[in-house]
Amino acid sequence: MNIFVLMKKTFDTEEKIQINGGVIEEDGAEFIINPYDEYAIEEAIKIRDDHGGEVTVVTVGNEESEKQLRTALAMGADKAVLINTEDDLEESDQYSTVRILEAYFEDQEVDIILAGNVAIDKASGQVGPRLADKLDIPYVTTITNLEIDGDTANIVRDVEGDEEKIETSLPLLVTCQQGLNEPRYPSLPGIMKAKKKPLEELEIDDLDLDEDDVEAKTETVEVFLPPEKEAGKVLEGETDDQVKELVSLLKSEAKVL
Amino acid sequence: MSETKEKMFKGGGFLVEDVSAEDVLTPEDFTDEHEMIAKTTEEYVKNEVWPVSENLENHEFDKSVDLLNKAGELGLLGADVPEEYGGLELDKISSSLITEKMSLAGGFSISHGAHVGIGSLPIVFFGNEDQKQKYLPALATGEKLAAYALTEPGSGSDALGAKTTAKLNEAGTHYILNGEKQWITNSAFADVFVVYAKIDGDKFTAFIVEREFPGVSTGAEEKKMGIKASSTRTLILEDAEVPVENVLGEIGRGHIIAFNILNVGRYKLAIGGVGGAKRAIEVATQYANERKQFNTPISQFRLIQEKLASVATNTYANESAVYRTVGLFEQRLGNLSKEQLNEGNEVAKSIAEYAIECSMNKYMATELLDFAVDEAVQIHGGYGFMQEYEVERMYRDSRINRIFEGTNEINRMIVPGTFMKKAMKGELPLLQKAQGLQEELMTMMPEQVDDEPLEQEFYLLKNAKKIGLLSAGISAQKYGEKLEQEQELLVNIADMAAEIYNMESAILRTQKSIDNVGLDKSEQKLLYTQVYVEEAFNRIEAHAKETLIASDSGDSLRMMLGALRKLTRHDPINVIEKKRQIAASIIDADKYVV
Repeated sequence: MNIFVLMKKTFDTEEKIQINGGVIEEDGAEFIINPYDEYAIEEAIKIRDDHGGEVTVVTVGNEESEKQLRTALAMGADKAVLINTEDDLEESDQYSTVRILEAYFEDQEVDIILAGNVAIDKASGQVGPRLADKLDIPYVTTITNLEIDGDTANIVRDVEGDEEKIETSLPLLVTCQQGLNEPRYPSLPGIMKAKKKPLEELEIDDLDLDEDDVEAKTETVEVFLPPEKEAGKVLEGETDDQVKELVSLLKSEAKVL
Repeated sequence: MSETKEKMFKGGGFLVEDVSAEDVLTPEDFTDEHEMIAKTTEEYVKNEVWPVSENLENHEFDKSVDLLNKAGELGLLGADVPEEYGGLELDKISSSLITEKMSLAGGFSISHGAHVGIGSLPIVFFGNEDQKQKYLPALATGEKLAAYALTEPGSGSDALGAKTTAKLNEAGTHYILNGEKQWITNSAFADVFVVYAKIDGDKFTAFIVEREFPGVSTGAEEKKMGIKASSTRTLILEDAEVPVENVLGEIGRGHIIAFNILNVGRYKLAIGGVGGAKRAIEVATQYANERKQFNTPISQFRLIQEKLASVATNTYANESAVYRTVGLFEQRLGNLSKEQLNEGNEVAKSIAEYAIECSMNKYMATELLDFAVDEAVQIHGGYGFMQEYEVERMYRDSRINRIFEGTNEINRMIVPGTFMKKAMKGELPLLQKAQGLQEELMTMMPEQVDDEPLEQEFYLLKNAKKIGLLSAGISAQKYGEKLEQEQELLVNIADMAAEIYNMESAILRTQKSIDNVGLDKSEQKLLYTQVYVEEAFNRIEAHAKETLIASDSGDSLRMMLGALRKLTRHDPINVIEKKRQIAASIIDADKYVV
């Protein structure tokens, strides 16, 4: 089977976000594999182990993304592809990423593509579904169980806490939700082997794209941090009075009514 | 995985020669693979060990065995084992990072360390081909677990005073061992013990003893102050039958194995000390940021900040020194050929070369750890005394580190003793340097120091080396061979040497960082270095004064004290201000940062 994983590097969940001149400060920040993409990588490795084939992890990123790709290889993926947009793109959005991936997948034989449900940074959840649409293959989002039998895939997906069971066919794109599996961490032999596994680096040139083709369709107007959480208020007195006070506060202070 | 370096450094050479920044290994030189190995170890500890911490503390050692097996699957037991015997044969940096991260596991880190270190390494370094084939593959996977049995009820520091005996049986097939080995880590479950015994009452020899051999048993589990998560029992040998092919190394040369394995054990303990200190800073900082008194997070109080900054400063210096030693080992052992690596004596020579560094790292980093956990408890206040808090266990677990693998007192004795031996053998030009120095001091004037970063620190380092040599030289002159009896002076010399090594390692690491990524990104490192050097220099001055006064008198002493004053004259930095800056970054990051 030709198994592909879409991976993105994101800020470490423990990292403090700082904004400098309207941009999120990346200097000195620790990056990790987007946690939802880890589920995708783990699932891909399991599918490969059960059905044979090869796992290729693809990322659109920069030089530094190599570290996360090596981690994916150390976990057990077979090949990695870095589409490095560092020199070509200043601004990019989900459209750019999908356009690049679409071009990449034009030449690939695909049985299944796995992606994270969302990336924990921008959390759009768009890239997977939009790519599936472009490739004209079915997609299922937020999956929590996946069984493949020949060309048929039986899937359980998370629908706001409920389960939905779906049967569909390959080729297929799925996005992975927490609960799908428990991602392994790389073993030391895995880490050593990862050094020798192929990591292909491409630029958009190599995909016959130029900057105009992938120009972002969205514009970032402003970047700001959420307001600091203020201390809560405990209302006192008779329940009726409390309700009245609450309503009035919601109107006058919180201005949500 | 590490860059090969051409220059070879002599053990103890730091005292008489200048080293440049690019010649020392620093944590900033770690590769992505090193980082990944560290991360895997950390995740292993957090996901596998922490959930069963309570069980381990309660002596459920079947859990320890499961954990070690799981560690084996991940490759965390095979780093130091050659590939041909089923190991991963990683560099010393990788195995050191495993040790550092494993320190997060509390007492279980001792089980792991005893297995991969003192348990397995004697066979890795000194086993013959058959022994390696037979034992190492199973030790590398955790299928078999190892322990090390040197100490006896009557012989601790005096290891060679062991009473356990070995006698060849009449058939000449087995040695019959009799005796008791005390406080043996992993003894509840270990399959293989490296045991020291005297053949015919005088030939101190190492043996590989299997638990299943007739006459081998263990005593009751000890009740300990700390590291309760590790098993400690007596190994009882009653007419234990050990096949002659299980003699490890040469008959009568067991001390070579014992002492060299201790050297390795020491620098590994030092690495664990640094890892533990970092954890102590982390839990203390997190607590201080959460805990409010007088409506203020206590991390905003300057005394709390002072504690965090002091511990972190010392951590930085020790971390720099310990990884510098790792770099020395990596370079020396990495340059040995396959044949040399199979030749125990060559390995022993390489390890023994850095006996001074291993001992210094051991006492400095284990005392750092004790300081760190003590302050971490203090920052927790009454909660630090309660078992619900990790810091309570850390405090108890820390204490043994100053005792085992050679007490810190014994390790301090080793340092001046080894320096003297190296000087006598002509390996280090200590005596020449010391003599030249005495002449130089007569005419010496204090130097002007520029404001460039690290300029003052390099100057103080240079003078600290002179002060160390002067004190050691004067006390050697006065006492000659009897200096051995003057233990207080020896300790002063050992402390000065270790402070110098730490100072220099911190300075070079910071210099290397400034060279590579610029001053802006090296601010925290620079602060640590400035504070450490200032404080260490003052400690060195005090040690030197005491040493000189105890070694000299009259006009000659007055002259020496005058020289010391010249050497120590400098514009002190504002340590309080710098520590506040150091603490600000730690409090902001919620952990130790560099």
